[in-house]
Amino acid sequence: MKYILMMNTMRAGHGVPDWPNKDLQAHVAFMKSFGKQLRDSGELVAAEGLAFPDQARLVRAGKDGMPITDGVFPEGKEFLAGYWIVDVETPERAYAIAAMASAAPGPGGAPLNMPIEVRPVMSGPPPEML
Amino acid sequence: MTFEGAALIPERLLRDLAPQVLGAVIRRFRDFDAAEDAVQEALVAASLQWPREGVPHNPRGWLIQVASRRMTDHIRSESARRRRETVMGLEVARTSVSTAVEAAPQQDDTLVLLFMCCHPALTPASAIALTLRSVGGLTTAQIAHAFLVPEATMAQRISRAKQTIKSSGVRFELPSAADRTERLAAVLHVLYLIFNEGYTASGGPELRRADLSHEAIRLARIVHRLQPDNTEAAGLLALMLLTDARRLARTSAEGELISLVHQDRELWDKHQIAEGVALLSDTLSKGAAGPYQLQAAIAAVHDEATRSEDTDWPQILALYDLLKRMSANPMIALNHAIAAAMVHGAREGLELLDALDSDPRLADHHRLDAVRAHLLELAGERDTAIRHYRAAAAKTANLPERNYLMMQAARLSSGHM
Repeated sequence: MKYILMMNTMRAGHGVPDWPNKDLQAHVAFMKSFGKQLRDSGELVAAEGLAFPDQARLVRAGKDGMPITDGVFPEGKEFLAGYWIVDVETPERAYAIAAMASAAPGPGGAPLNMPIEVRPVMSGPPPEML
Repeated sequence: MTFEGAALIPERLLRDLAPQVLGAVIRRFRDFDAAEDAVQEALVAASLQWPREGVPHNPRGWLIQVASRRMTDHIRSESARRRRETVMGLEVARTSVSTAVEAAPQQDDTLVLLFMCCHPALTPASAIALTLRSVGGLTTAQIAHAFLVPEATMAQRISRAKQTIKSSGVRFELPSAADRTERLAAVLHVLYLIFNEGYTASGGPELRRADLSHEAIRLARIVHRLQPDNTEAAGLLALMLLTDARRLARTSAEGELISLVHQDRELWDKHQIAEGVALLSDTLSKGAAGPYQLQAAIAAVHDEATRSEDTDWPQILALYDLLKRMSANPMIALNHAIAAAMVHGAREGLELLDALDSDPRLADHHRLDAVRAHLLELAGERDTAIRHYRAAAAKTANLPERNYLMMQAARLSSGHM
């Protein structure tokens, strides 16, 4: 089964985190090695990090079908920071992987324990229908 | 990409030869992991060279020779790394290349390989990937494509599976007679999973996952040929043929699922049904039927009905009764309830479902809701049926099935019974 692990940690109005260089480096190193671990275990399907929320635009179709974009979001609105899609044997394994990501080091090297939303990707097999 | 593309004959030939060549190379070099890589390289070399230059006079010998050369290179580079092994390694390699080519075909090698790739130490996903590569002769890219994961991920999965085989100390030989029945059951289960994977419509029509079903059928044919007296191997092959025969009728042009009742039976593959039925009749005459034969028999009863309303439900119910006694699989209990409803009325089916409510394996499963919705609809309880169709739609992880269930609910809501 495939699961998407979504890290909703970015907030509008907040730019680059104001961490000491050492902590930032530790965080980046962790994320790199986490990605490698998933590749090596044969479980990674895809992973992407997203740009900061100031580059996000909300788009709707206007009457003529042309895009109407909306830009500056209210302070505090949560944004997707990045996601992983994994292909694993059990939901428990997806949760375990999410917990690893959640514990990425933050300021002072302490685990961030960020919330990771885990949801099945619609890729399951349909049963034989009678 | 299809598994059997334009260069049909060489690829088919290559894939038939793959396990034989691998068996021969493992016998000479006694290193499953490296031999498996070497044979893959030989297969790739052949797929590039043969269409251009023609198939060699002795294709099997050609492949063994090329793979053995790769093995020699491998041993040489390994030896360079570990100097103390240099002399010994090269000597093994030199003698091996010449003897490997002359070795007589080992019929049982394919079976030994299947036992190895479907070893109980492996997870199902690993066993499936390894079987498709080592026995099926598919490339890592083809397997990755079929399972919609990146090639690097699939390569890792296969490499880890080989490490697991290595560390579990499995020898390249047939399991002992005492273990063989159980181990063969594991092989059949892996082939069954490959078939099911291909039988899903989850990936959309352009993805050609049907090739996985065809590959499962090809491998099941090989197992049946090597173990003609194993009635479950024959039963599994019959089940695959009888189920796959309905493939074209099972989805609409838009990729939507069509239930058995509404399928255009003209689209069913008559030849494949005839083959499956003949195989099954032959097998059933050999004695007590196992679960695969019973499932095949049920598929045959469906296939033999010219119209949905001609289906011999009492016969299907009797077969599910037998199957239920043999297997604790809750999906069988669900199908049994449907058959009971078709024979004795929806009420009886619903009562059987009530007994399944306490089964923890079905607690969060959409299928219980889907079947209940179907039987409630038959019983004329529209509102409750709608509720259960919706509950099932919310729980399934398959997109075409979710669409199907949502549309069932919508159809009832708008008053079309």
